Amino acid sequence: MAVAKKRPTLTKDHGFCAGCGHGLFIRLLHEVLDETGYAGNFICVDGVGCSSNYFMATTKGSAIESHHGKAPTIARGVKLARPETLVFTYQGDGDAYVIGLSETLNAAHFGAPITTFVINNNNYGMTGGQMSWTTLPGQKTTTSPGGRNPEQTGLPIDPLQMAARFDAVAYAARGALNSPRNINMAKKYIRKAIELQIRDGKYAIVELLSPCPTDWNMAPVKAIEWIDQEVTKYYPLGEFKGTEE
Amino acid sequence: MKKLMKGNEALAEGAVRGGAMLFAGYPITPQSEVMEYLSWRMPELGRFFQQTESETAAMFTVYGARQAGMRTFTSSSAVGISLMQEAISGMCAKSIPGVFANVQRCGPGLGFALEGQGDYLRDTRGGGNGDYRVIILAPNSVQEMMDFAYEAFELSEKWRNPVEILSEGKIGQMMEPVELPEFKPTARAIDGMDGVPAEVLLDHENPNFVKNLGDKIAAMEEAEQRWELYRCEDAETIFVAFGLPSRTSRGAVDKLRENGEKVGLLRVISAWPFPRKGFEALPDTVRNFITVESCVAGQVLEDVLIATKRVTKFHDAKVYGLYSGAVAAKVGQIMEKYYAVQNGNCKEGF
Ligand SMILES: Cc1ncc(C[n+]2csc(CCOP(=O)(O)OP(=O)(O)O)c2C)c(N)n1
Ligand code: SF4
Ligand SMILES: [Mg+2]
Repeated sequence: MAVAKKRPTLTKDHGFCAGCGHGLFIRLLHEVLDETGYAGNFICVDGVGCSSNYFMATTKGSAIESHHGKAPTIARGVKLARPETLVFTYQGDGDAYVIGLSETLNAAHFGAPITTFVINNNNYGMTGGQMSWTTLPGQKTTTSPGGRNPEQTGLPIDPLQMAARFDAVAYAARGALNSPRNINMAKKYIRKAIELQIRDGKYAIVELLSPCPTDWNMAPVKAIEWIDQEVTKYYPLGEFKGTEE
Repeated sequence: MKKLMKGNEALAEGAVRGGAMLFAGYPITPQSEVMEYLSWRMPELGRFFQQTESETAAMFTVYGARQAGMRTFTSSSAVGISLMQEAISGMCAKSIPGVFANVQRCGPGLGFALEGQGDYLRDTRGGGNGDYRVIILAPNSVQEMMDFAYEAFELSEKWRNPVEILSEGKIGQMMEPVELPEFKPTARAIDGMDGVPAEVLLDHENPNFVKNLGDKIAAMEEAEQRWELYRCEDAETIFVAFGLPSRTSRGAVDKLRENGEKVGLLRVISAWPFPRKGFEALPDTVRNFITVESCVAGQVLEDVLIATKRVTKFHDAKVYGLYSGAVAAKVGQIMEKYYAVQNGNCKEGF
């Protein structure tokens, strides 16, 4: 028999689309915050995108709204001012890997004592499903109506693996929010990243592949299958840095 | 034959027909349809569509391609146009033409994403470093979205200066029938210097450089003012508005005229240069001006105050403002404001 889990203290009903991964991420995050004892001592710097709706999905908590792509830089400022507080960014792929690529990699490069979470749904969810640098070859979006053409717009970008190569990055992992097994793994990654900041003041980045049924024009079930079948071809799951311990 | 089109699509098609060979841009509400439309329309015509990594990159792509002789276009909104300011300032400094559209929202920061007129002051004053001016046309219909984008290319080449289409989310979203103009050429050399950087033409070492830029601004100011007067004969109160509020203000003028009130409308078409000459054309009977704007603190108001200073006969006129926030003021709200001013229940707007 399945046992109903206790709802994390910070969690409340959210306004994300049915089948969206954002709500799952927030649930896992809140569980980890309860377990680490930081539910009352964190600041979330949310990116511009569907993650901007974080404030609607939490009972209380401290969220700072950022500008598009700038969350890591704002988080650096927050952490300098509040070194005892857990500070993380919660961004989309467009936010962290396209317009904010420079901010993401610069923060990683010198090991800013913050944690970055990227919800990668292979498109710009909030603005109606435009192409992102993470969009798969052939994937149709509102700005790649014929499917993404890698000859003109490149192959899906993987800043997580770039960051993993920087000395100052303590941990880099990619999970997926599409099956009980993957969701359990994702929670481990989130926890590990957060503990590295709490314990050692180290930079970590965790990317989570996430369904966006609305802008993919797919039923939720199809969307979670598509992650296994297609997205993981370009975005393999696992820990790319910091597996030891 | 007229075609029913959405404002943002008309804007995009107007740019295509005006000669845009390249579109570079980044998604942002309420402008995204412009680039979504061009993502298939440009390749269909064998032209270039580039989704860039940011608005900064979009404008610098325009900056490069236009110097090399290609007609270029970008569009964005609100904070996205803030990211373009570095490139816009650079284009003005180097006298590079180019066309961009701002489908506005309201409010600072991320603002209200759907509509508004929050960027008037930033855009009419330049917005980036140094003093420069961008010619700004403000449509109030889907047809004008098309027409202004269409003619903006030649206008920007005439002055070798960027031209902006200052629109609003709601105009971008609404649908109206439009007449489609003929296609124009996609390339035009800047002063016969096709492929040669325009910098070569504008010699920064020349001690007259700043003066030349100042002279150019003054000449544009004199030549490019555009406005429309509506029922202003014998008027005592004039509404001043651009974009969508200029349409609701027109409705308010009709209603108030029915009630026997002496009111008229000065519709601002060129947000820069501000149509001071339109004020000169008004009758001497005018005592009050009321700006009608979708913003929070009064922006057109500042230009009306300057205009009353510059047009001698209005030195003593009073200037009021109706700031309706993100949503354009409705006819009833405008009438209410008018009567409040008449009854002495309003402070002047400064
Ligand atoms: C400078 C700037 N440009 C554009 C936008 C419009 N915008 C808001 S959210 C967004 C895309 C978000 O995509 P992503 O980061 O992948 O998040 P998702 O919604 O997919 O989770 C864009 C382009 C903006 N807010 N600011
Ligand atoms: S648009 Fe996509 S990412 Fe945004 S809430 Fe809906 S499903 Fe989630
Ligand atoms: Mg996304």
